[in-house]
Amino acid sequence: MTILVGYVPSPEGEAALDRAIAEAKRDDATLVVVNISKGDAYIDDRVLDQPQLASLEDRLAEAAVEHEVVQVNQGHDAADEILRVAEEKDVALVVIGLRRRSAVGKFLMGSTAQRILLHADCAVLAVKAPRAD
Amino acid sequence: METLQLLGDGFATALTPINLLYAVIGVLLGTAVGVLPGIGPAMAIALLLPLTFGLEPTGALIMFAGIYYGGMYGGSTSSILINTPGESATVITAIEGHKMAKAGRAAQALATAAIGSFVAGTIGTGLLVAIAPVVVDFAVSLGGPSYFAIIVLSLITVTAVLGSSKIRGFVSLGLGLAIGLVGLDPVTGQNRLTYGAAPLNDGLDIVVIAVAIFAIGEALWIAAHLRRSPMHTIPVGRPWMGKEDWKRSWKPWLRGTAYGFPFGALPAGGAEVPTFLSYVTEKKLSKHPEEFGRGAIEGVAGPEAANNASAAGTLTPMLALGLPTNATAAVMLAALVQFGIEPGPFLFDNEPVLVWAMIASLFIGNTLLLVLNLPLAPVWAKLLKVPRPYLYAAILFFATLGAFAVNLQATDLVILLVLGLLGFAMRRFGLPVLPLILGVIIGPRAEVQLRQSLQLSDGNWSGLLSEPVAVVIYLLIVVLLALPFVLRLVKRRRPESAVSSLDLLEDAQGGSVDDLERDAEKDAVTSHNKEKL
Repeated sequence: MTILVGYVPSPEGEAALDRAIAEAKRDDATLVVVNISKGDAYIDDRVLDQPQLASLEDRLAEAAVEHEVVQVNQGHDAADEILRVAEEKDVALVVIGLRRRSAVGKFLMGSTAQRILLHADCAVLAVKAPRAD
Repeated sequence: METLQLLGDGFATALTPINLLYAVIGVLLGTAVGVLPGIGPAMAIALLLPLTFGLEPTGALIMFAGIYYGGMYGGSTSSILINTPGESATVITAIEGHKMAKAGRAAQALATAAIGSFVAGTIGTGLLVAIAPVVVDFAVSLGGPSYFAIIVLSLITVTAVLGSSKIRGFVSLGLGLAIGLVGLDPVTGQNRLTYGAAPLNDGLDIVVIAVAIFAIGEALWIAAHLRRSPMHTIPVGRPWMGKEDWKRSWKPWLRGTAYGFPFGALPAGGAEVPTFLSYVTEKKLSKHPEEFGRGAIEGVAGPEAANNASAAGTLTPMLALGLPTNATAAVMLAALVQFGIEPGPFLFDNEPVLVWAMIASLFIGNTLLLVLNLPLAPVWAKLLKVPRPYLYAAILFFATLGAFAVNLQATDLVILLVLGLLGFAMRRFGLPVLPLILGVIIGPRAEVQLRQSLQLSDGNWSGLLSEPVAVVIYLLIVVLLALPFVLRLVKRRRPESAVSSLDLLEDAQGGSVDDLERDAEKDAVTSHNKEKL
């Protein structure tokens, strides 16, 4: 069994990763960590750099789950890419982080999460970041 | 004394609330476009040209001056933070500046760049005030033949002496001159290069040309090179400098200014050579030469001062002679022409209010930039997180809108697209854009001088040599063109004297080569240039 998690260094991403590790441990599954950004801005903090990749590896090794890290940062849409990897690896569960957004913000910006929820063929687990307060 | 009086009047005009507002808009806009690699002040002003038709010329020029100076400041920010010079003049800043940022000294690098730019900009503008009237007095005494010779000199130096490849430079200049010829012959009224197409009879609108070459060409070029790994945010914080940083910065600032202004003021212009020379000098004079290449503050302070001083210097031939020597000054000159103001030596006499208000606004803009940019540097850095497709979509939209708004003619859109593709092709094949734009803008003015001189001498070509100044300038052109060949010969004869000052000059030119081309190719070239640097 394989579990996929979409991970970017943000509170939502961390929450998703934590939950995915827990799920993978429970089900004794392989965890595929996907880090995606379109990479079309000059500065983009969503892309993991070398130290961050290393610490991610450490964390996964510590949790003792079988894992694989996939990084895509060249011009692909995040939702498409997650769906593609999910299909390719034949995953049983996709874990994603949800941002808290107002209805207007949602309307304007569209949603990667929504597209994954609508189009994925497997179960999708949406995780929220703990509230700051 | 008279100058000071006029400058005082200029301040009175520039400090009215509405003009102050234009200055603020200008510096904010200028900093923004300076920060973003690939969008320069020249493109920003070109895009704004159609919008400013309704404005009073003084306000518009004050805004453009703000954009011009703001672009210099903004360029240093992206050089330092992401090692991608937003502007050709800040290429050198990236060398040491980005190393400083990586070493956690981004705040100091930004501070020395901003304060150095302020110091150099203020001194440079002061020199502009002192020198421009003298140049004007001299220029007014010149006749058509001499003036034509000066125009030829500046076209040749910009095209052949500073560029990487002379052939590419002249191809670009030739294209520009040809585009400038389209339309009615000013003397005989014949149609030239119109091929029977009626919309071409009035000639190509300079705004459409500038927008096409700078905005459309650049946007298409960037769109073709969008793929590139993004960088991570470098924490900036509020720029500040310690005592040691001040001590190490103030001399490079002054030396940089001394390099920058004269180079800018020459009708050859360019900020690339003086920034490079300043860098080399600081490296030689530094008490910490071991730090160079690992983030020496002198290597940021000197070149940054040099580039701002040369920006001020460039305005000297632009205002006093009507000769722009960089892309931004060229587009500003185009703006003057659009407003129906005749650039040239008589500008100071005919439009004293406009000219002096603009010069005063340079002092004001410089101060505004310092006040705005020190605390706002982290905010500007955030601009770099904007996804580029949004940015270039917006540029294409405003470019099209602007080009259509000029004459409300659909034909202009076709011309815009064709010239935009030309701009793209030029970047693709490494042709510098500057000679083309200068050819378009100065070409017709040179033609008027040439035709007048020839009419006065009954069509006799010797009439062009009727003034001593003209003869001297033509000799100078011959020397400039022959110099590289002579140097090469001398070098071949005496290979042992390899390290001479002449070599340094050649090195400097070699350095500027990449930078000028960079103007055309900007960030696409950066990665491959980085290796070279």
